[in-house]
Amino acid sequence: MSSAFNYHRAASVDDALAVLGQHEDAALLAGGHSLIPSLKLRLAAPGTLVDIGHLDELNYIRQQGGGVAIGAATTHHDVATSTVVAGQAPLLAQAAAVIGDPQVRNMGTIGGSLAHADPAADYPAAVLASGAHIVARGPGGERVIEAGDFFVDLFLTGLQPGEIITEVRVPAQPPGSGACYAKFPHPASRFAVVGCAAVVAANAGVCTDVRVAFTGVANAAFRDAGVEGALGGQPLTGAGIDAASAVAAQGVEVLSDAFAGADYRRHLATVFAGRALRSAARL
Amino acid sequence: MSVSINVTVNGRGYQEEVEPRLLLADFLRDVLGLTGTHVGCDTSGCGACTIIVDGKAVKSCTLLAVQADGADLTTIEGLASNGALHPLQEGFHEEHGLQCGFCTPGMIMAAWQLLERNPNPSDAEIRHALEGNFCRCTGYENIVKSVRAAAGSAA
Repeated sequence: MSSAFNYHRAASVDDALAVLGQHEDAALLAGGHSLIPSLKLRLAAPGTLVDIGHLDELNYIRQQGGGVAIGAATTHHDVATSTVVAGQAPLLAQAAAVIGDPQVRNMGTIGGSLAHADPAADYPAAVLASGAHIVARGPGGERVIEAGDFFVDLFLTGLQPGEIITEVRVPAQPPGSGACYAKFPHPASRFAVVGCAAVVAANAGVCTDVRVAFTGVANAAFRDAGVEGALGGQPLTGAGIDAASAVAAQGVEVLSDAFAGADYRRHLATVFAGRALRSAARL
Repeated sequence: MSVSINVTVNGRGYQEEVEPRLLLADFLRDVLGLTGTHVGCDTSGCGACTIIVDGKAVKSCTLLAVQADGADLTTIEGLASNGALHPLQEGFHEEHGLQCGFCTPGMIMAAWQLLERNPNPSDAEIRHALEGNFCRCTGYENIVKSVRAAAGSAA
């Protein structure tokens, strides 16, 4: 059982911000599928939980500008099955569809997953490769954070104390490009041992745009400049993809645990980069 | 500090005072005495505690009872109506979908969600939909057959 805490069901984002401001040891509760396991293990012991999971103002998917805006409390199931997301940002839908299992996807939220920043979570890779932005509101107002600036370190993000993620803005996938999220799931937890999100575009057989991001590999999800540099401007062929994938996670301090040592994980990164890129390139 | 919650469980309304840290699974079992919902792993892995909250299958060991305030819950006890087994319960009975029975309530509630979203699933879709539920007795063959039988009978 977790340690005791007070519970506040927020009436609005403004109300949640006010309570966060009053209680230094408060934590936000959305779907709870990262927080409640942490509470049980007493890895987290907040004095107050501020529940924002039920707020309608954080639960939406809409076409906006040249992309899609997803409210922070939108569940993985809703993202995975949204026709708007499938049309505008299919990479996000692919990642959402392979998070955990159906029951987890019914509760877990995109904002919660991003704020928690588990190194093996699926969304971060897709958010990075999509070039998404994360919108946060805090005592100083609203700000928009580039995905590339968001994932800082193990369970550490660019959020400031007292800030709440309100929205994730994902630009529409460029016309003519392809995208794929390929994942090696841990057989028990379904977390990504390695997950690779790839977006590629080609013109006359030459790769004109490539974005590759990994989760599960390092302390934080990251864009792999080595792979991108090796493929960009080159012929988009199976051989070209294999050569680029071979340099995956180079220069990165790779995670190691009882299930997957660093060498094995690095190898998986090359394999899943190849799979994601081939699928994205329809090869 | 206790919090007052109102929930509807299997069609019956309850108002209870609960500690915020009380898990929904423990609320059902220990406060309401509805012990059909089982707690297996208590880490949101095994799915034995699966129930339906406002139409969605969830792992009740990973929700707080306070999160369910105002919600409509269905547990395994609420599936049969007027003494007639639900097609899923009938399917598990007919196709020997259980051995020890510990995982069965969660399997059935997860399968309920599948059939609600996809009334005529393939075997692969059944297996995929039950990814969050573990059976440690025998394997999954008869569980898949049971869900298939229920889908067939409901169609």
